[in-house]
Amino acid sequence: METKITGKILVVGNNIDTDQIYPGRYLALTDPKEIGSHCLSGIDESLAGNFPKGGIVVAGRNFGCGSSREHAPIALLNMGAAAVIADSFARIFFRNSINLGLPLVVCRGISQETESGQTLTLDLEAGTVTVEETGKVYSCDRLGDQAMKILEAGGIKPLMRARLGKTDK
Amino acid sequence: MHAIEKILAKNSGRSTVSTGEIVTAKVDFAEINDLYLQTVYSFYEMGGEKVWDPERAAFVFDHYAPAPDMKSAANHDEMREFAKKNHLRFHFDTNCGVCHQVMPEAGVIYPGMIVVATDSHTTTHGAFGAMGTGCGATDMATILITGELWFRVPEIIEVRLEGQAPKGVYPKDVILSVLGKIKADGAVYKAIDFTGSYVESLNVAGRMVICNMAVEMGAKTAYMQPNEDVLKYVAERAVRPYEVQYTDPDFKYEESYMFDVSALEPQLACPHSVDNVHPLREVVQDGPVAVNQGYIGSCTGGREEDIREAANILRGKKIPEYTRLIVVPASSEVMLSCLEKGYIQDLMRAGATITSPGCGACLGAHEGVLAPGEICISSTNRNFPGRMGSNQAKIYLASPAAVAASVLNGRITDPRQYL
Repeated sequence: METKITGKILVVGNNIDTDQIYPGRYLALTDPKEIGSHCLSGIDESLAGNFPKGGIVVAGRNFGCGSSREHAPIALLNMGAAAVIADSFARIFFRNSINLGLPLVVCRGISQETESGQTLTLDLEAGTVTVEETGKVYSCDRLGDQAMKILEAGGIKPLMRARLGKTDK
Repeated sequence: MHAIEKILAKNSGRSTVSTGEIVTAKVDFAEINDLYLQTVYSFYEMGGEKVWDPERAAFVFDHYAPAPDMKSAANHDEMREFAKKNHLRFHFDTNCGVCHQVMPEAGVIYPGMIVVATDSHTTTHGAFGAMGTGCGATDMATILITGELWFRVPEIIEVRLEGQAPKGVYPKDVILSVLGKIKADGAVYKAIDFTGSYVESLNVAGRMVICNMAVEMGAKTAYMQPNEDVLKYVAERAVRPYEVQYTDPDFKYEESYMFDVSALEPQLACPHSVDNVHPLREVVQDGPVAVNQGYIGSCTGGREEDIREAANILRGKKIPEYTRLIVVPASSEVMLSCLEKGYIQDLMRAGATITSPGCGACLGAHEGVLAPGEICISSTNRNFPGRMGSNQAKIYLASPAAVAASVLNGRITDPRQYL
């Protein structure tokens, strides 16, 4: 797993729920690319198409609240998001994202001090976020051991395959 | 220890657990709803071959019941094949209703158990003294393969509800007022234990309304110590023996909130946030709020008690032209009982549309979605932008009685004037 992630950011607000990340009308879709094309369309239909590949979503409090739909992190990953940084995350969204290998990092206040289009570097090991334009460094919460173990394996699926002795994939 | 901790300890083969610890616990029942075909995909991607215990896992087709389009119909088909192949003892197809109503009715929910479902509102089952929590598709696939899941032992907060609710104040008003205070992220990753004299005397349906919406504060799970009503309900239905857990008298909550229910009046969660809660009276004081649609249904607002309140207000009356009411019974059992008691007939004669049991338009899938600019008053649990259709629609959350009073008047109305 890459422990340093650099990317352009998209800043969104507080309490961005999973209906805004992935509206209910698209829930029957199963193709990951198609799911990714509707990401964040509850906020603005044009966000997914314009999202910088390998970019980072920066959010306020309680990102991912609401429905347990795993489509939300699937959409973020397939929109091209490499990580999400927020003041706080909702619980089921947190588990779903880590399970799929999408790093989520808590860095309080950062959504207030950055704007869309800036470039951030997230260092998961050091627990820091650096704004490249200003050089300002913020410290963030380190992920728990359980979450790090899953992320390092590339998500829960490779872990389970190893546990079941499946090595063919 | 708290009852929730005892449940986690028992299911992870330990004598004790403590806050913040990660435990791997056995899941007593796992439920997959029809938004989650990804569960089947993840199951095979992870190397799964068969479901760990066909007695303890089931699909409930509720979000797309019956299928509104070819894609969801095809998803149902794939899930049916998986259910058949694994010889699942329980299967709830599109004729049953919302998972959180259907599971207790079928007796797979009982005190002291862990139930995990691919639905955030699984906190509902705290009403029965069970530990219920939601998960996504891949966590669910892990459970289907192993019968277990890892959990972080949560901080537990107490929400003490004291007193008797005045006339016109329902469990939905109580939980909305709690939400307005604790806020949408006030209990993230925590468990909420609802205690107090109001909870002790509350019936099964009312308990489910309150525990259902614990997740709207971010809670991992909710709990209520089972009372006589719960034990009677479960005794008539449970498919296996169970053990009620009790919180030790010396248990210390991380935080305690106290609410006096007897001083409450009807509440309203205003657009576009579940915690934007105000007394209904104050909202309409600032000027009338016209409504296009009323909606009574969902895992928090579509039970017999909810439909009865609406029928009592609308019996013998007519919903005005250009205003509509959609009523979605939470299950076929609920619908049959409402038919026997004449509630459905009363509502239809008043001009309501009755749809088949399921989640319906609560999540904007079908059966009553909103157009841009429309205003809906709803007994459901979420009013996020775009939740029931257009991003430009507005959703107010209220008790079923307030929904009925509002459609009757064509604008948001205090139900007490009709009681």
